[in-house]
Amino acid sequence: MRPAVPGAGRVWSILLLSQLREQPGRLLTTVIAIALGVALAASVYLVNVAALGEFTQATKRLVGEAGIVVRGPREGFAEDLFVRLARDPRIAIASPVLELDAALPGRRDPLKILGLDPLRAGALQPALIGDIGANLLEFLGGDGLYLSAAAAQDLGLHRGDTLQVTVGDQAKPLRVLGVLSADTYSQPLGLMDIAAAQWTFDRLGRLNRIDLSLPSGTDVEDFRRSIASSLPPGVLAVAPQVERDRAVTVTRAYRVNLNMLALVALWTGAFLVFSTQSLSVLRRRKSLALLRALGVTRGQLQRALIGEGAALGAVGAVLGVVAGVAVAAAILRVLNGDVGNGGLHVVGTSLRAAPGSLLAFFAIGTSVAAAGAWLPARSAARQPPARALKGADEDYGGIAKSAAWSGLLSLVSGTVMACLPPIHNLPIFGYAAVALLLFGAILLVPTLTVYVLRRAPRSGRVVFDTAIAQLRENVGLSALSLAAIIVSFSLMVAMAIMVYSFRVSFEEWLGKVLPADIQLRVPFGNDTAYLPPAAQAKLVALPAAARVEFRRTRQIQLDAARAPVTLIARDLLPGRMREQLPLLRAAAAAPPDGSAPAWISEALEDLYGYRLGQTIEIPLGGRPRRFYVAGIWRDYARNTGTIVIDRATYSAATADPDATEASLWLRPGADAAAAVAAVRATFARPDAFEVMTSTVVRERSLQIFDRAFAITYALEAIAVVIGLTGVSFAASSTALARRAEFGMLRHIGMLRRQVVGLLADEGILLSIFGVIYGLALGGILSLVLVYVINRQSFNWSIDLAVPYWQLGVVSLVLIAAAAITAIWSGRAAVADDAVRAVREDW
Amino acid sequence: MAEIPVLRLDSLAKRYRADRPAIFEGLNLSLHGGEYLAIMGESGVGKSTLLNLLAGLDRPDSGRVLLEGEDLSALDDDATTLLRRRAIGFVFQAFHVLPYLSVEQNVALPLELLGVEEGERRRRAADMLAAVGIGALAARLPRELSGGEVQRIAIGRALIHRPRLVLADEPTGNLDPQSAAQTLALLRDQVKANAGAGILITHSRAAADTADRILMLDARGLTPLAERR
Repeated sequence: MRPAVPGAGRVWSILLLSQLREQPGRLLTTVIAIALGVALAASVYLVNVAALGEFTQATKRLVGEAGIVVRGPREGFAEDLFVRLARDPRIAIASPVLELDAALPGRRDPLKILGLDPLRAGALQPALIGDIGANLLEFLGGDGLYLSAAAAQDLGLHRGDTLQVTVGDQAKPLRVLGVLSADTYSQPLGLMDIAAAQWTFDRLGRLNRIDLSLPSGTDVEDFRRSIASSLPPGVLAVAPQVERDRAVTVTRAYRVNLNMLALVALWTGAFLVFSTQSLSVLRRRKSLALLRALGVTRGQLQRALIGEGAALGAVGAVLGVVAGVAVAAAILRVLNGDVGNGGLHVVGTSLRAAPGSLLAFFAIGTSVAAAGAWLPARSAARQPPARALKGADEDYGGIAKSAAWSGLLSLVSGTVMACLPPIHNLPIFGYAAVALLLFGAILLVPTLTVYVLRRAPRSGRVVFDTAIAQLRENVGLSALSLAAIIVSFSLMVAMAIMVYSFRVSFEEWLGKVLPADIQLRVPFGNDTAYLPPAAQAKLVALPAAARVEFRRTRQIQLDAARAPVTLIARDLLPGRMREQLPLLRAAAAAPPDGSAPAWISEALEDLYGYRLGQTIEIPLGGRPRRFYVAGIWRDYARNTGTIVIDRATYSAATADPDATEASLWLRPGADAAAAVAAVRATFARPDAFEVMTSTVVRERSLQIFDRAFAITYALEAIAVVIGLTGVSFAASSTALARRAEFGMLRHIGMLRRQVVGLLADEGILLSIFGVIYGLALGGILSLVLVYVINRQSFNWSIDLAVPYWQLGVVSLVLIAAAAITAIWSGRAAVADDAVRAVREDW
Repeated sequence: MAEIPVLRLDSLAKRYRADRPAIFEGLNLSLHGGEYLAIMGESGVGKSTLLNLLAGLDRPDSGRVLLEGEDLSALDDDATTLLRRRAIGFVFQAFHVLPYLSVEQNVALPLELLGVEEGERRRRAADMLAAVGIGALAARLPRELSGGEVQRIAIGRALIHRPRLVLADEPTGNLDPQSAAQTLALLRDQVKANAGAGILITHSRAAADTADRILMLDARGLTPLAERR
């Protein structure tokens, strides 16, 4: 009778349970690595889905049933356009809107206020207007607004209370007429009658949006194109979908980057599975060969070993999904869904049930781990049992040679990918380049290890020379031990160089944009606060002020499908642009007749294709104005594009004498704190503007910068710790596997400390190689991050800077940690009775 | 003056647990340079334990092991190791050569540990490899050799530093009869050529017969079984 042979499932459970008994720590680390990657990916995804969903929902409510939205600059266009469109027989309903982000004294965030004609808006935004129905007359009364439930709660206001809004440099009171139900609109919002809004915000005769409803059967796109040409410069007709997509597009690069970070964590996890499974297969090669000899088929063994990796992945993925949901819930509750760049700030968002997605994350985690286990499983299954039973190793020379060719191919492909342009403004090829370079470099590790070790000179020290010989002959094991740490360390190095380069460039940029002693600005992103000429005059007249520069910042729409571009009109000192702007390049040619100079940020070069010296048209004062690109500068404050022009040119074109920002240079000896107080005192509401010394602005900016990258540092540190733990388990399992060897060395007279020294030397040599290799690889990857991924994601350049000290310290810590790990493993190995170790094989 | 024996056992006793009977007690033995001794015994009688005590790898419960007149019990771990390095050579059943060192490097390892300079080391390694019949394989790695050839490396390594005592624990247990016979003859010849003493632990009477005298280890201690005339 044929003896019963266990199936793959049984083999799997035998192998897994024995692993669990023998190396629980190793399995736990692998599980944690997978869990980390899955948790990060799941939380980023869930937060984005919830925030984007809420954002889309909110935008939909604001636009309502409109088929086309005619949108102008934030300061608006003449309402004649509304009259013209309302009379157009092809349009069913035209609804005028004044949409403003109103500054609130003492608060950083402005409040979005919609000025609507309730009778027309009732047809287009019935859900938004519905609550007002019964109080229409009061709404039309002219001195108040309705607040959404979120705004009322945020501001702590009720019906009958007064809300102060900043208009110019003055505060104006608005009566709270009522609070909309929570179902009407989930985000902070104020609704006003359009006439009242125009009156309150000094926008008489101005609108900045007209919602159009078209009769059924109209080809919306055809119609949009037909009216586009008749609209004033700077006024665009867009489809509501474009409106909704715009904000989503602006934050997309940031979200994709976070997803890539999650992929890096998963990738590290997969490598850890690969590395630990390979070592574990090597360690168990005799037992596995015995199973084969007893009748377990090649396929059964391979499936069982892949199943081992998949089981670890499954446990890690479950933990990761649970942690991801918890982290996402916390981000939505605490940070209102803003995952770091402030682009998607929505309140009151809660997690949406996404069982399909969570299942997908579970599947990804499990598959990644199974994929990591595939190669070692295949190698174990292919090993001839007789050879493995004798304890012979694989032919690493052959494997290293074929891996080297694949590695070179990957490196070449990665280099080519790094030179390709973005796809839909996303650095897809850049990410592919990083993956290929990383993969190629890892495949070259065995060959390079052999190359370096073959050239290592003999020292005459028996311990050191034996360590070198061991590493050289067991290059497969050495490469496996190194792979996990090289992956995590090189990624850490690349990220560290990129973040450091960014920080250095950012700090230099801050110095350029904040040259004065005191900065004054209206709350960020608002449309209603500004410094009228009288207020400007008061600032100039301050005794402490040696010089005051005023700026007018506005949003202009150059392309309907893109986010608005920021226009900054500055009091410029002619001929001294390099002192006033972080200028990268300047046009040599003199301006063509009739055009004024404009200095554009890199984003305009990337997104709109503007070139140095090119003539461009900017809509100002309802007319297109010709400018030529006199220079390209670096702007880290806005990645959707910024244009700087002279304020005199701006005022002449728009008749707008107001300013939104000011920089004050103090007279020698003037006290900055006293000057800040004096500036505040010039306004009726001292809290209407943000007034700070440049030092404080710089410090705060750097704090925000560091906070934004804190998650990156934390993840990279975790990845390195996981990589190091992988090395530690590799060291301990190889030390265990070599106990008989150490026993023999003890027999022939090697001192206990010499055996430990042998392992320490091996650990130090390996980690030095790993660190040098990781530094070199990380350096190359950082070039892709700095010059390709960063530029294509955010449309700004950064100068490469290397944090030598930081990298040096981390490298030394890693080498020391690897040595300590090796010594610890060695001590454990020789602590065992040397005699028993030698007899173990008998 | 009488010659100091290479190895002397004085009333040696060993037990694994205090509440169990001793594995052996009252063992006495003197072994002089040029003597080659075989110790036989049934499984579990304590042959390997005895070998470990002789090498200073284990401590007796009572009695003394004197190697070249030096009491191993009086030495600490480092001193015992250094003595072992200088004065003892080992041959194991499972060979235990380092797979990542060449044949020459494996054989020369004890000289490296003793700090012999490279030229001298290589010369003596070449002589030893020639003596054990694997001179042509000096640059090879152990995995490229047969079991018999690998055991020759182990013998070369055990003898290259001219130890006073060679301990061989079932050195032919993993070899075919022909290789076993060649290995045993080689081991004996080399021990004799070095003018050292050798102890062969074995189950095999045929192997034991290559020694000058055979002792049986059992509950009564070491009993002479045969002596070569």
